[in-house]
Amino acid sequence: MSTETELSTPTMETQKPTVEIQSAVIRFAGDSGDGMQLTGTQFTNTTAVFGNDISTLPDFPAEIRAPAGSLPGVSGFQINFGSQEIRTPGDRPDVLVAMNPAALKVNLADLVEGGTVIVNEDSFQASNLDKAGYESNPLDDGSLEGYRVIRIPLTTLTLNAIKDTGLDRKQGQRCKNFFALGVVYWMYDRPLDHTLNWIQSKFGRNPAVLEANTAALKHGFNYAETTEIFTTHYSIRKASLAPGKYRNLTGNQAIALGAVTAMEKSGRELFYGSYPITPASEILQELSRYKKFGVKTFQAEDEIAAIGAALGASFAGGIGLTGTSGPGVALKGEFIGLAVMTELPLVIVNIQRGGPSTGLPTKTEQSDLFQAIYGRNGECPVPVIAACSPGDCFWSVLEAFRIAMKYMTPVMLLSDGYLANGSEPWRIPSLEDLPDLSFPNATDQDTFQPYARDEKTLSRPWAIPGTPGLEHRIGGLEKQHLTGNVSYDPQNHDNMVRLRAKKVAGIAQDIPPTEIYGDPEGDALIVGWGGTRGAITSATEQLRAKGLAVSSIHIRHINPLPPDLTDIFSRFKKVFVAEINLGQLWTYLRATLLLDSISINQVRGKPFMIQEIMKKVEEQL
Amino acid sequence: MKLKGIQMTANQSSEMIDLKLDRKDFVSDQEVRWCPGCGDYSILAQMQKMVPNLGVPRENFVFISGIGCSSRFPYYMNTYGFHSIHGRAPAVATGVKLANPDLKVFVVTGDGDGLSIGGNHLIHAIRRNVDLNIILFNNRIYGLTKGQFSPTSEMGKKTKSTPYGSIDNPINPLCVAIAAEATFVARAIDIDTKHLGETLERAANHRGTSFVEVYQNCNIFNDGAFNDFTERTKRADQVLYLEDGKPMRFGKDLEKGIAIQGFSPEVVEIGENYSIEDLLIHNESLSEPTLAYLLTRLHFPEFPVPVGVFRNVEKPEYSDLCRDQIHAAQEKEGKGNLEKLLNSGDTWTVS
Ligand code: SF4
Repeated sequence: MSTETELSTPTMETQKPTVEIQSAVIRFAGDSGDGMQLTGTQFTNTTAVFGNDISTLPDFPAEIRAPAGSLPGVSGFQINFGSQEIRTPGDRPDVLVAMNPAALKVNLADLVEGGTVIVNEDSFQASNLDKAGYESNPLDDGSLEGYRVIRIPLTTLTLNAIKDTGLDRKQGQRCKNFFALGVVYWMYDRPLDHTLNWIQSKFGRNPAVLEANTAALKHGFNYAETTEIFTTHYSIRKASLAPGKYRNLTGNQAIALGAVTAMEKSGRELFYGSYPITPASEILQELSRYKKFGVKTFQAEDEIAAIGAALGASFAGGIGLTGTSGPGVALKGEFIGLAVMTELPLVIVNIQRGGPSTGLPTKTEQSDLFQAIYGRNGECPVPVIAACSPGDCFWSVLEAFRIAMKYMTPVMLLSDGYLANGSEPWRIPSLEDLPDLSFPNATDQDTFQPYARDEKTLSRPWAIPGTPGLEHRIGGLEKQHLTGNVSYDPQNHDNMVRLRAKKVAGIAQDIPPTEIYGDPEGDALIVGWGGTRGAITSATEQLRAKGLAVSSIHIRHINPLPPDLTDIFSRFKKVFVAEINLGQLWTYLRATLLLDSISINQVRGKPFMIQEIMKKVEEQL
Repeated sequence: MKLKGIQMTANQSSEMIDLKLDRKDFVSDQEVRWCPGCGDYSILAQMQKMVPNLGVPRENFVFISGIGCSSRFPYYMNTYGFHSIHGRAPAVATGVKLANPDLKVFVVTGDGDGLSIGGNHLIHAIRRNVDLNIILFNNRIYGLTKGQFSPTSEMGKKTKSTPYGSIDNPINPLCVAIAAEATFVARAIDIDTKHLGETLERAANHRGTSFVEVYQNCNIFNDGAFNDFTERTKRADQVLYLEDGKPMRFGKDLEKGIAIQGFSPEVVEIGENYSIEDLLIHNESLSEPTLAYLLTRLHFPEFPVPVGVFRNVEKPEYSDLCRDQIHAAQEKEGKGNLEKLLNSGDTWTVS
């Protein structure tokens, strides 16, 4: 293979001193067309395979290609990696790679004091400065004082590197992200193999591009090694993760994997009905690749048809799944109600994004909690669970399907834009670790009644078309207890409303005891749900390190709530509820458990910073 | 969940006899609650009479509906049934059919359900050619909500929500179906029971989406909407019964016919100026739907109302395509292995 070179295992051969550090946060930022997501993903995978713990935060604009060089067109990718447990993408980057003035302008304020800025010097000419709204060149006017600025003529160097490949200037310039990646690989002492292999497999059929990207990457690495700009590089030891086999996974990939797993473990066909929507579309794309597993994917004409077809598939004995984001859930509401009334299993995944309305499609938020719990007409109880990390999305889908089938109910699974696109190392489970999801169909003609109930779960039988003798009719009109016939009887309606509520409330019997991070009692408890777990746990860890009696819990089952919460709350002097909305869980806990607590919240379309949670707690202690 | 499917092919007549099903097997124990005299009764009766002829075991029938008077239909069929939500029956039915392609799936809808709130689902189910039998009861009024105009109500129609007359241009269901590339399009009349039964049976035997519009009298809110041509005494002169391969003739003595002048159809008298050879010949299976579309544009009273099968062509069916794609992938790549899938991508081991 032409990519085998002396550079593939550079670690030991380098001449410059290496400083060992525990963790680092890097942000790659550039124009939407600069390939920053790709660069970030390559760094992530290399680092994951290398053995560091890692957490990532892609951050891209809603526009596919905003005007080149403009502020709205800036796309970023942040990576936090280290030898210790990494739970968040990092509050602030230590290193910012800015491919143009706009990227510098948008991201500089986030950089830590004294942080490193690597800029593509070539792009800081008048027109780009102007587009970014700079009146003078920040590289020259002293405004970057206080940072370590590394100016690299990335465009020129890349063009030099690729001049023998036959690519023209325009094509050649596109390789500059690989040059930059090579520089950063050198800085953090990463091997090139992974990315070289990737380039080979991706561009194998296009020798010129293959050669150019390979050359750019290697020249970047060599440049950092040989020029005097870089004096030291950093090494970060492998993290001490639990033993096992790992892979890197985004939340959306995890949902797709989990869904295929649920299919295999249930012995039923998976039916995924969906309509393209940011940030959930990857689930549809991923699942549509798994044809050989027998997965049926259906890109419907709209959100309503997507859930309707999924519910139809469940009625026919498959496992129906539909994925969307908040605006899509709004459209699906009536069908969720029908699933509640017909008591059929169905999983609805909401990858939450900034709202209301179209809101911030590519940014994260946790503001659909009320919608999940309450957002339907009538007394319409739906179990709600929330995933707390990208990898946990896998386990959450399995749990959602387990509840759906065991209790014959639709289940809402909440993820969010941060979990969906962010990634972390995921320990691959062995098949024995996976829950059994086989739930039988009804077959007994003699005893069958469509709305008879299991004593323990209160679920009704799943009688699928094609089963002789069990022909029956279901629908959205109120059902008579046992027979399932249409009933307008007032007392029956009252009974059925209560039965449906009781059935969902009864799911609490399956919820394991809540894990407490820290001591079981103390001055303060931080309560969270969903994608904020990393930030809350890290904040708790750091507050405890300061000697404060702080603990935290993370709620996975939101409806019904775990039965042990009131007891846990009573053991702390103060309870904080941290979430990325204006206090929805806070309100819910107050309403359901009479919990008097303090809300910590922000809605900037970004995950919490560890520091902001710490600050809010410290202020009150 | 593997069910033995009964394919709808001619050589399975022996199986049809074996099933020993008759009309009564398809009558549910539910009391029918349509208004006395409603056209829905006749459609239900013809359906219950027709389905035993299909050679499909009773447990493989699924009737799916939306909301409206017509959508109560599934409750009265002793089969699997799903009374879903307003306008969305084609979506539910598509999921049912994809999940289990061996099922015989009917969609029962109305002019409001199918063409107003559910118009989107209707056209998409049709263009995908999912093997659904869609029966649209067109009574040109909202019955269940007590008498507002519907998308098929005539211009100027006075209803509870249009006391000054409707200003909405009505939609033509068959034109919509044809525009969505329907592979089977037909029309029938509630009180012309024999023809209705035959049309339903032909629709049910079509593989792909079949779309049947049934003119259905709502005797409470829009009584006599179709009387001008459906009454027994008027039918011969005002209804054109389409027959494949036959010239288009109508009238008591079949003395009239449809001919074409340029791009425009016209009614002609057979006799001095025109002979049978001058008439349009019906052809259901033309690959281009131009003739079928032209027939949907024959408006009463200038023209007789065409009923019967407008279009009937073969095209790949959606659940077949879906299943074939899975089989092809499994043949090429082997059946999916979960352990391999979980362990795919870049992995590393921590010991
Ligand atoms: S309102 Fe009209 S359509 Fe509805 S059941 Fe009565 S007669 Fe039939």
